Amino acid sequence: MAKSNEPFWWALFGAGGMVAALFMPITIVITSVLVMCNAETPDQLGRLFGNPLVRIYLFVLISLPMFHWAHRFRFTLVDLGLKAAKGPIAVLCYGSALAGTLIAALLLLGIWA
Amino acid sequence: MKSKEYIRPMRAMWWLHNTQLKLFMLRELTSVFVAGYAVFLIVLIAKFNTRTPVPLGVDPFGDTLRCPAALVFQLIALPFVIFHSVTWFNLTPKAIVLFRGEERVSPLVIAGGHYALWVLVSVLILLVVL
Amino acid sequence: MANQTISLEVFRYLPDQEDQPRFQTYQVPYREDWVVLDALNYVKDYLDGTLSYRWSCRMGVCGSCGMMVNGDPKLTCAAFLKDYYPKTIRVEPLTNFPVIRDLVINFDDFLHKLKEVKAWLIPKEEKPVSQGEYLQTPAELAQYKQYSMCINCMLCYAACPVYGIEPKFLGPAAIALGQRYNLDSRDGAKNERADFISSSEGIWECTFVGECTRVCPKHVDPAGAIQQAKVINTQDWWLSFLMPWGKK
Repeated sequence: MAKSNEPFWWALFGAGGMVAALFMPITIVITSVLVMCNAETPDQLGRLFGNPLVRIYLFVLISLPMFHWAHRFRFTLVDLGLKAAKGPIAVLCYGSALAGTLIAALLLLGIWA
Repeated sequence: MKSKEYIRPMRAMWWLHNTQLKLFMLRELTSVFVAGYAVFLIVLIAKFNTRTPVPLGVDPFGDTLRCPAALVFQLIALPFVIFHSVTWFNLTPKAIVLFRGEERVSPLVIAGGHYALWVLVSVLILLVVL
Repeated sequence: MANQTISLEVFRYLPDQEDQPRFQTYQVPYREDWVVLDALNYVKDYLDGTLSYRWSCRMGVCGSCGMMVNGDPKLTCAAFLKDYYPKTIRVEPLTNFPVIRDLVINFDDFLHKLKEVKAWLIPKEEKPVSQGEYLQTPAELAQYKQYSMCINCMLCYAACPVYGIEPKFLGPAAIALGQRYNLDSRDGAKNERADFISSSEGIWECTFVGECTRVCPKHVDPAGAIQQAKVINTQDWWLSFLMPWGKK
């Protein structure tokens, strides 16, 4: 058995898990509860979405949690019995996270409208 | 002559066997809602980018934010994401092992520190947004 | 005193007589201070001498009497009848292991893994007895002491769904014992163990279900040992990735 390269993915999983744990709940509250109660209007949020610092925040909040999901979901599918498709599942999961990261980057940089 | 050993097959729904295993599976499934909200954010940004500045123009960003499906999804996702946060912080003492001499730093301190950070971060963000 | 009894529903497998396993129910006396092992010994002594099972110290230090009691891995010397009375107690061999006969499992796989992980002290520097003891401070001892409490009872392997799905998984006890030596200041074989511990069938197979820690009778916390190993392995991996010229 050789040493695995899993630490690469696990570091992303850990970072994504921490980012999601700390920042996602309050962000969801802002884009749902506060909008529902009119404590925050779309215009106000729009001004935030235009801010470059907020855009960096959003990129981190999208990309890292997606890698967290990819790593965790990949193992969950194996735990649920899909052990035989271990390889393709990993490619699909990390591939989706990479795609999400790329799309988010393009959108936030304004390159893609 | 060696007698035949009996090999018991693993139950397909092994995770229904006890409460801890059910909670484990629930914890793992929170990652789907985490990814789901990330995708929602991507959609939101895409809608924002197509927003016309003219007040009489269409507001896809505002429409998406106010859309009932979006609100329903987020209200379902929120408890799952909070469950992720709680289970995540509760497990940090297993990965973060610190010693002060012979004594191990209490798991309550390590988990508690994360919870405190969570509250601090959330309050700071609310102050920025409101 | 009324003669109370309790039912024991016991897994039987007699390969030289039957192809398939079955359950056999025995009525044993109910005593408040009896454990499941006492009940099994009563069966063997008075009701059915053909029942086979392992036991030794009957006090929770040898690790021999591990079995599934109502679907939960337990040391039968530590499972009190009074916690189940008056309901029937179901006794089965430890999950995830092949059954040789009745409640006796084949655990060659575990012994093989203990060897792979080199679960023994490999000193940094060998020195003859004449040169005296290896010295260790209490703080150094504290680093690994919890993981040294393992009695090799294999309840954690029975509880681990990952081991059930992937028999090649090194498993909670083997990894915890590997960590016990890796964290021992006298030991110098961390790199030798890394090929097994840091492999995809080692710590990286684990999805932190945590059942191993829940069922461990000696509070070893193998799940904690594995997560600790993941952090250390990740730090080492990124360091050697970012600075490949460093020592391996």
